[in-house]
Amino acid sequence: MKKLSLFELLGLVIRRDLVLAMRRRADVLTTLVFFVMVVSLFPLGVGPEPDMLRKMAPGVVWVAALLASMLSLGRLFSADYLDGTLEQMLLAPQPLSLLVLGKIVSHWMVSGLPLVLMAPVLGLQFDMSAQGLWVLMAALLLGTPILSMIGAVGAALTLGLRGGGVLVSLLVLPLCIPVLIFGAGAVEAVTSGMSIASHLSLMGAMLMLALVFTPWVTAQALRISME
Amino acid sequence: MAINWFKYSAPSTFYELAGKLAPWFAWSSAILFVIGFYIGFFVAPTDATQGEAYRIMFIHVPASILSMFIYLIMAGYAALGLVFNTRLSSMMATALAPTGALFAFLSLWTGALWGKPMWGAWWVWDARLTSELILLFLYIGFIALHSSIDDPRRADRAAALLAIVGSVNVPIIYFSVKWWNTLHQGSTIKFTGTSMHAAMQQAMWSMVVACWLYAIAVVLTRVRSIILERERGTQWVSELEETK
Amino acid sequence: MSDFFAMNGYGFYIWGSYGLALLIAIVETAMVRHKRKITLQQLRLMRDAGEEE
Repeated sequence: MKKLSLFELLGLVIRRDLVLAMRRRADVLTTLVFFVMVVSLFPLGVGPEPDMLRKMAPGVVWVAALLASMLSLGRLFSADYLDGTLEQMLLAPQPLSLLVLGKIVSHWMVSGLPLVLMAPVLGLQFDMSAQGLWVLMAALLLGTPILSMIGAVGAALTLGLRGGGVLVSLLVLPLCIPVLIFGAGAVEAVTSGMSIASHLSLMGAMLMLALVFTPWVTAQALRISME
Repeated sequence: MAINWFKYSAPSTFYELAGKLAPWFAWSSAILFVIGFYIGFFVAPTDATQGEAYRIMFIHVPASILSMFIYLIMAGYAALGLVFNTRLSSMMATALAPTGALFAFLSLWTGALWGKPMWGAWWVWDARLTSELILLFLYIGFIALHSSIDDPRRADRAAALLAIVGSVNVPIIYFSVKWWNTLHQGSTIKFTGTSMHAAMQQAMWSMVVACWLYAIAVVLTRVRSIILERERGTQWVSELEETK
Repeated sequence: MSDFFAMNGYGFYIWGSYGLALLIAIVETAMVRHKRKITLQQLRLMRDAGEEE
């Protein structure tokens, strides 16, 4: 057997998970539809005044994205856990953190990226400015991978538990608060004419931090859960 | 004389030691509470700006301090248990969590009751109050994860990992909340009298120490039950006087 | 005496705080003691079951 380089391995894991996800397209759509629905419910709840909606928009979109990404976390490891693939991955000679990173990346591409692409359309519902929409997309682009990565830790810890879906939100949501604050803050900053550099660079720093630590932590969590 | 500390890391010896120590902590805590209460309510003068309402501080500040420190101690014990596989440290972490969560809740409650007469609102999105709320969420997550896993070993290790991730996140959360707070120009709690009266300080410190002693007494008693539960079926448990 | 409890109009807030603190202390102590009682009972039950076998 040919020895794979780490990047090739990463690519293989990502491709495998993407193929699996494409076979179950309904799951991907559910998350997206949930996101759209939650955001669209807010104007119905608080009233259609454009001034208020414009002010609320970043927060609403971010909270909805947070909830939507919680919703899809259950799928991250459960299928592989049930059919025994995960056990094989644990025994594989390749570093588990790398395999986990591949799974996180493909999970983000299936559940996070659609949210980023959908967000501007929803922003229009809230009468956001063009500039605000761009910043919203940029912030989501930086933030949703962090959500997927922190979520992966929670998903690994609650693997195979009854009531895991609610439990994982309980564990992960408090840890996502900084992402929410800076993500929504960036959009608010640009609409009030301030610089967004500090917001986005802080989010970039968090992304790097998460990228370094969470795959390893998730791998440890998987080992604990699979013992 | 050198004390062999490792001797007390064995559940059986620690069980005995905790049983001997817990009543002492409980009683000295009760005495210090009375002293602190007396100084705080009969000796300490009325504050010039806050009137009598500042006396809530004597319970609010200790509760906040303890809720934060207990989380760190809990994460520390959990980490020890995870890394060195010491059973007792994991049990201590489990025993600490409910007490810490209660202190966090007490801190929020007293904060609200202090806030209402001072700022006219039960809840303000002050950086510290918000962080305290998130801390309570973190405690709840720890307890919920631990109690939903049936296998005690996996529960200990999974909850430990969560506690460590949480404690790494606490400073990030605190600073982001603080930053968010200054951005939105929310109100900040400040004790206006920059120089606290000596009696106020005495009252506060005796209350802080009293809360510590109380927490230690409760946690020691709780950990004894946990030790018995986990170690049942071992020789030393079946030889215990109280199980006969 | 009633002056002391009125606390210049802040009585509700102050006693509300200390009251909950006291309540928490009492309830937590009771719960911890109850847990100990239950644990010891379970141990005794297990021992009795073991002896009968």
